[in-house]
Amino acid sequence: MNVSVNLLIESLPFLLKGAGYTVELAVGGMVFGLILGFILALMRRSTIGPLKGVARFYVSFIRGTPLLVQLFVIYYGFPQFGLRLDPIPSALIGLSLNVGGYTAEIWRAAIASVDRGQIEAADSLGMTPFQTMIRTVLPQATRLALPPLGNTFISLVKDTALAATIQVPELFRQAQLITARTYQVFTLYLAAAALYWVLSGILGWLQLRLETRVSLHVQET
Amino acid sequence: MIDAQALTKHFGGTPILRGLDLAVAKGEVLAIIGPSGSGKTTLLRCLNFLEVPTSGRIRVGAIEVDGTLGLHRQKAQIRNLRQRVGFVFQNFNLFPHRTALGNVIEGPIIVKKEPRDVAVARGRELLAKVGLADKADVYPSRLSGGQQQRVAIARALAMQPDVLLFDEPTSALDPELVGEVLVTIRALADEHRTMIVVTHEMSFARHAADRVIFMEAGAIIEQGTATEVFDNPREERTQRFLRKLRDRGGGARFGG
Repeated sequence: MNVSVNLLIESLPFLLKGAGYTVELAVGGMVFGLILGFILALMRRSTIGPLKGVARFYVSFIRGTPLLVQLFVIYYGFPQFGLRLDPIPSALIGLSLNVGGYTAEIWRAAIASVDRGQIEAADSLGMTPFQTMIRTVLPQATRLALPPLGNTFISLVKDTALAATIQVPELFRQAQLITARTYQVFTLYLAAAALYWVLSGILGWLQLRLETRVSLHVQET
Repeated sequence: MIDAQALTKHFGGTPILRGLDLAVAKGEVLAIIGPSGSGKTTLLRCLNFLEVPTSGRIRVGAIEVDGTLGLHRQKAQIRNLRQRVGFVFQNFNLFPHRTALGNVIEGPIIVKKEPRDVAVARGRELLAKVGLADKADVYPSRLSGGQQQRVAIARALAMQPDVLLFDEPTSALDPELVGEVLVTIRALADEHRTMIVVTHEMSFARHAADRVIFMEAGAIIEQGTATEVFDNPREERTQRFLRKLRDRGGGARFGG
């Protein structure tokens, strides 16, 4: 047991460094994924057939294939076409594209559930479609989308562990590297699990605070 | 001030408006009455292109939009027109994520690019005008239906429109809240603002309107002063409609 405690203390800086990459990948993937998902949702709503089709095809492909395979295609597959990316950019791109596919559906449902009268009210003031989207639809859609988006984000934090398979030195990869030296498999993987848990817990708490904040105007009766 | 010519609207082959002509002079208050499904709300919504007319022309001041031309090429024109036409919805349609004042200043700031302090100053004046000066920082969910509708009226006024359109502004309200909204609209009528009010409130139409139009089946059946239409309707269909209302006990709402 003593050995394990010392090992943990020695390993902690490496694990925390890995956790840093984990957070970077998760936040980066979420930000780019949210933007991509929003654009895809707008494409799905568009009256232009090809735009709709492309978005539908994309969402279907992303949701219908494993993230692990998607990461391998980018990191190991793209170099065959002369596109050689480092592990971290590869992981960031893969995660963003993946999150984009999932959040597209969330945005689409949230935008669709904003009352039609809201758009008419904005129209009646003479707003452009862009102004209506940004000032009226998006704020209301965001409130509706926040709970499912929060869940996506928490899933994403855990999915970043897959980046270990393409050499990204994130939390799980660090744990693997240390166990390869010390053979203390159980201790280190459990420590990694604990750190993922802490990260998810913090995010869950932030999500709740944000939900309360954007729902202040909704009366609880 | 607002002028519609040969306005038609079809929903999937069914005619809702059958070639209407309508002209409202500056300062005139027009009430439109008629049974449900007569097309009066569709007419009102066509006037600012919330509903796209199948054909016909609409002119507000110097802005004219031709419904028969491709509307996608007249989008900027339609937005200009809408800035000059205030619309008050049956269900208020306030922005729930903005305070009363936030709702009122939204159009002036975002659409007309007015400086914030100018918009806020006028917004507060308008809220005071509709009797809600103390509710400026309150969200719509904390307001009664009548208060929400008065904020919606202030929001429409904030754009300083040439014409105000009211689509059954009291129909969604509890009976005890109807009065406060009617008083507000009546006060605007007394200022001789150009207004078109689609309403079931016959007493309001009688006392506030310069002219009353009776619509049925997508056409204007009869029009004239309130006295002419209510007391001496010429058309049989108008008489039948008014008689039905009286029989239903709408007499109190007529207000004699």
